[in-house]
Amino acid sequence: MNKTVNQKAWFLVLPVLLLVAFNALIPLMTVVNYSVQETFGDNNFFWAGVLWFEEVLRSERFHSSLGRQLFFTFSILLIEIPLGVAIALAMPRKGVWVSVCLVLMAMPLLIPWNVVGAMWNIFALPEIGLLGNTLNALGIDYNFTRQPVAAWVTLIAMDVWHWTSLVVLLAYAGLVSIPDAYYQAAKIDGASSWAIFRFIQLPKMKRVLTIAILLRFMDSFNIYTEPFVLTGGGPGNSTTLLSIDLVKIALGQFDLGPAAAMSLIYFLIILLLSWIFYTLMMRNEDQ
Amino acid sequence: MAKITLSNMRHSYLAQPSSDDDWALKQLDLEWEDGGAYALLGPSGCGKTTLLNIISGLLVPSHGKILFDETDVSHLPPNKRHIAQVFQFPVIYDTMTVYDNLAFPLRNRGVDEKTVDARVREVAEMTDLTQMLKRRASKLTADGKQKISLGRGMVRTDVNAILFDEPLTVIDPHLKFQLRSKLKELHHRVKRTMIYVTHDQTEALTFADKVVVMNMGKVVQTGTPVDLFEKPQHTFVGHFIGSPGMNIFPCDVHSGQAYVGGEKIATANIAGENVSRAEIGIRPEFISFSDDGLPARIMRVSDTGRFNIVEAECMGQSLKLLIDEGAEIPADNVKLNFDPANTRIYVDGWLSGSEGAQ
Amino acid sequence: MKRLSWLVPTIYILFLMLPIYWLVSMSFKTTNEILGSFTLVPQEFTLENYKKIFTDSTWYMGYINSLIYVSLNTVISVAFALPAAYAFSRYRFLGDKHLFFWLLTNRMAPAAVFALPFFQLYSAIGLFDTHLAVALAHTLFNIPLAVWILEGFMSGVPKQLDETAYVDGYSFPKFFMKIFIPTIAAGIGVAAFFCFMFSWVELLLGKTLTAVAAKPIAATMTRTASTSGYELGLLAAAGALTIIPGAIVIYFVRNYIAKGFALGRV
Repeated sequence: MNKTVNQKAWFLVLPVLLLVAFNALIPLMTVVNYSVQETFGDNNFFWAGVLWFEEVLRSERFHSSLGRQLFFTFSILLIEIPLGVAIALAMPRKGVWVSVCLVLMAMPLLIPWNVVGAMWNIFALPEIGLLGNTLNALGIDYNFTRQPVAAWVTLIAMDVWHWTSLVVLLAYAGLVSIPDAYYQAAKIDGASSWAIFRFIQLPKMKRVLTIAILLRFMDSFNIYTEPFVLTGGGPGNSTTLLSIDLVKIALGQFDLGPAAAMSLIYFLIILLLSWIFYTLMMRNEDQ
Repeated sequence: MAKITLSNMRHSYLAQPSSDDDWALKQLDLEWEDGGAYALLGPSGCGKTTLLNIISGLLVPSHGKILFDETDVSHLPPNKRHIAQVFQFPVIYDTMTVYDNLAFPLRNRGVDEKTVDARVREVAEMTDLTQMLKRRASKLTADGKQKISLGRGMVRTDVNAILFDEPLTVIDPHLKFQLRSKLKELHHRVKRTMIYVTHDQTEALTFADKVVVMNMGKVVQTGTPVDLFEKPQHTFVGHFIGSPGMNIFPCDVHSGQAYVGGEKIATANIAGENVSRAEIGIRPEFISFSDDGLPARIMRVSDTGRFNIVEAECMGQSLKLLIDEGAEIPADNVKLNFDPANTRIYVDGWLSGSEGAQ
Repeated sequence: MKRLSWLVPTIYILFLMLPIYWLVSMSFKTTNEILGSFTLVPQEFTLENYKKIFTDSTWYMGYINSLIYVSLNTVISVAFALPAAYAFSRYRFLGDKHLFFWLLTNRMAPAAVFALPFFQLYSAIGLFDTHLAVALAHTLFNIPLAVWILEGFMSGVPKQLDETAYVDGYSFPKFFMKIFIPTIAAGIGVAAFFCFMFSWVELLLGKTLTAVAAKPIAATMTRTASTSGYELGLLAAAGALTIIPGAIVIYFVRNYIAKGFALGRV
């Protein structure tokens, strides 16, 4: 749609701008402020420069949290995106079953995140959980509160359970927007199912999949509540993701300076990766 | 390459059609000669797209058979029928180049790359796409995209017929004419059967050697453009084709002759006995002003450029006349003359008498 | 292959329902049964857990608090986002693209980063432990989302609608309220759904900004889990009840979910 140039449109945007600025800029300034100061806990602050940034960037602890975070994010992307697309492809396109499927699939998205964590906790508990009990009964030694590998498997399974539906809904929305004529033309051209997927469905889903990957990337990087309730970052530190570590430092140890510096680094990483990702996808589209 | 025969064909989208209205296609028997240029013409919802989809195999008819030459293909899937189709909105494979788009139907059928290359280049040359072969198909304009869809249809050597489903809908008006001439030219060159569905009479009449006019799921008339214009078999054809359409008004019939308001009208055909609903049909082109004839009053004159359309009231009916630009339009004491050779009686909508039976 | 394709969504839905089933089934069990033996269906079916929640005000007030701030947030987010989305969909103005992108970056902000500064900010302005504080805090990520969704829906409405209305003598506010809003009602429904959803499921900010008076149900649950030890049945019942509002909301927007995702631009 060709839009008219109208500077007065700023008045329409102003309320949103003010509200978001209030919520985003003031806290961000606070964080920046803490990140360059030193405190000894008695409300006395001293200028510390980039000390905290250096400390955080060098610390072994930050590196390992970041590593775990990256591993988590890429694992769930690798599982959820293809799985979501596959489920969307297999879903019916018309009829009452569409509504039934969509409603049931959207359910995990509307459960409070701590309930998701709690639900998976009691689902996976080795003695009394359905999953834990069944696995142990099958002879698999499984205890996510003690074995790091089991904790990771449970964590990833929980995220797949929680968020794959988002990918399904997005991919499905992309699929139903493809006009019938494309399928008819492909039939006449003698295209195989694979060719239909590769040359019609996938290109048409590209836009929604970009959104899906971006959303899942950002949200999985921000994840806090679910793993906190499920494993509390344990056993040991094995499932301590960035957010969990951050809250431990900030609220648990009240190390405001390092926590603030870490927050900013963390935020910048998300921004940077999202931006790189976004431009790559968009450039690809322009070619 | 084959003759296409539709025999005793009926189709309904409902599983259990009960009333007459449930049928999208009512009783059809049609033959399409090999290599002909056909148009399927009719208003929206008349069943022409349904018919097209039955020929291409996207739909299986509820009743009847479809034969390619003598083979029954009613239950064959589209890719086994050797049919190509160009859709209303350009269907192209966005991510591929123009070249790959054209090659797609051949590659799907396992044709070797050397043949593919030769065919693609030949078709690209025919459709003026040679310059763009390396470009991404999604970057082309709407008419370029329609050429790609057309090219995909022509690239296969085994195609029995190429079907067009209102292919010019999204094309800019000034390009429509170009693309239409291109189609006509290609038809002469490749001599494939082409079936062109449209609701636009100009498109149908300029493209086709034979036009099939449909209305409400039925074929009303099949004939050359001249037939349809000069001798409509049904008032619907008379009214639908021509601009403005045929004048149609009720008349009385006494011993085969038509009377309007007691006045006898000379006609090319005669009506049978005991007719229920009789009408007279005459095209605006065949009414003229004269010194003696039926008295009339001029209501309105609209200038269309090359013609004036005159609306006149005559015998209580509103009639339209087509008068050449520059010809004099009398102010008062208007008399109208109907050309007897082109004035016809229609009974229950159908052309009456000996001329009616084809 | 086509014939078996229904299996894929069916298996997936089964997978989704298993943990939910376990939660619901556990909510009907007594603590003894949960800890004592492994049972697939409740053997000593009990409603005690639910009775406790509906009679103890620390429990049921949690639900009421959550519903209040979620509704408040939905109204604020949509009301603020509507004019902004209209501006983005109809006009070009200085810095419009940057502004749009900046709004979206707030969607990326980790709640953990904002938890502490939010606590200080809302304490400073005296809103700490009010429903409004949580509602306002959640607009940080809900307004960008609402603007994004609404902009997509509005761009689907032809500009001629606006022009015709102005020609017919409507003023901008009258046109916006009387004609435009009813036209994009579906879009507003979808945007409201997403605002509701993200505000309802968020816990970290909700917990940080409240103490007693506006404490969300989710926070009540975490406290129970940590302080009174293993009252799993009660926890399960509380959790099961949190699924209900979401399920009701999805049911109402079921026909728009797919559409809501398809529209909107990046």
